[in-house]
Amino acid sequence: MSFESELSKGQFCIPECMTCKKIVWPPSEFCDNCNGETSLKKGEFEGKIVEFSKQNENYFCMVEFFDSIRLMAKMNTSPKKDQIVKISKCGISEGSYFFHVI
Amino acid sequence: MSKVGIVAYGTIPFTKEDHKIESILHKSTNDLFQKNPNINKKEIDAVLVSTNNNSKYLSPILSEMVGIQPKIAHSIESLCNSGTNSIVSAFSYISSGLADMVLVSGAERYDSPGQILEWDNSRGEFKHPIFWASIFSKSYKQDYGISDERLAIVSVKNHKQAKQNPNALSKKTYTVEEVINSTKLTDDLRLLDCSRPCTGSASVLLASEDMAKKLTDPPIWITGIGQKTTSAGFTKNTSLSSLESTKLAGQSALKMANHSISDIDVAEVHDAFSVCEPMILESLGFTNPGEGMNMIKNLYETNNFKINPRGGLIGAGHPLGATGISQTIEIVQQLQNSAENRQTDNPKKGLIHNMSAAATSSTVLVLEK
Repeated sequence: MSFESELSKGQFCIPECMTCKKIVWPPSEFCDNCNGETSLKKGEFEGKIVEFSKQNENYFCMVEFFDSIRLMAKMNTSPKKDQIVKISKCGISEGSYFFHVI
Repeated sequence: MSKVGIVAYGTIPFTKEDHKIESILHKSTNDLFQKNPNINKKEIDAVLVSTNNNSKYLSPILSEMVGIQPKIAHSIESLCNSGTNSIVSAFSYISSGLADMVLVSGAERYDSPGQILEWDNSRGEFKHPIFWASIFSKSYKQDYGISDERLAIVSVKNHKQAKQNPNALSKKTYTVEEVINSTKLTDDLRLLDCSRPCTGSASVLLASEDMAKKLTDPPIWITGIGQKTTSAGFTKNTSLSSLESTKLAGQSALKMANHSISDIDVAEVHDAFSVCEPMILESLGFTNPGEGMNMIKNLYETNNFKINPRGGLIGAGHPLGATGISQTIEIVQQLQNSAENRQTDNPKKGLIHNMSAAATSSTVLVLEK
């Protein structure tokens, strides 16, 4: 089970070091702190919108999870800074990750 | 540490034309040698090529084309600040004694693969640089109460200054209204807020102190170097309205040169997008946070070319691997009082700021007569 294999199935997981418990982002097999191996935490994680802008009818947002993971996600409704969101859809398309939040 | 000087330069006009990378590397290098017939190619110990192009073995190819058999020959890639990274490598070869004279040649095509960092999946489907630029713009405008109209002055100023640069991609000037009404890429970014990828090449020759004194009058010395990489991924930037890598690289370069930012008379900074210019000026310490646009507006209104005299990336174009070298050539010309219509008032000290991938990495150089 890898981050990408889960993501390609539409499941967003949090990579965490099995030794020092640090959340590792971007996802990696190894911890950038203690070099230990990582495992994936499954769940419905809540994130916070840090910043956003809009292209045509779509909003794109920087979303932060657990004060450590930041990623860019699409949102269909008008976002607000500090708004709490969840990943509604994610995957890999043509080699690139994609994330939608609500 | 022994002194290292810049003794010669060559360039070609930046265009949207379709040329082979080898051809444009050759042209800017040839321009350098034509302008400096006193240079003995046999004394060039290293040839470094700065590019994001996928062609292989470009340094030995360039060496063969211009008739050099260097001891050291290799390419350097670091996205948009490949050029100054190459100059730092050349400096290191010379100051360590491994080389006496190093040719640094940078080139890029309009369709460079270096425009998008495919690895950075944290950006999701928003990998194009216009998205990080939009996030920076939104955050900066909001934090400091800057309007789109006010930010547009960066583009107006740099297009105006580029008009005095015969090698610049842009040949036009624009009003604030024209910038604001240019194609809307996102809610926070207009087309004229953006530097354009293009085809271009620029070359410099670096030499040891003895060699520099023999070849040039006056040699321009590299007295300060600062570099910092905080991450590779855009979303790792802790602040979205200031540039941490730039701040740290600037501090290192000024410390090495034993100067403060107020000593700098002229600077080329990496205005990949309008918002970058005030963020850079603030991060380097030219102004307090949030006051970068005051400085830029004042420079524009007083026709002072102190910042980005060649038109910056917005006016001159952005051939990634050549950009940092072209910026360096501009500061050399300024310090040699040979920048013609762009010349600032007898500058003694100049600064180059070149960065990569949403400012995750920055290089700052200080040059002096």
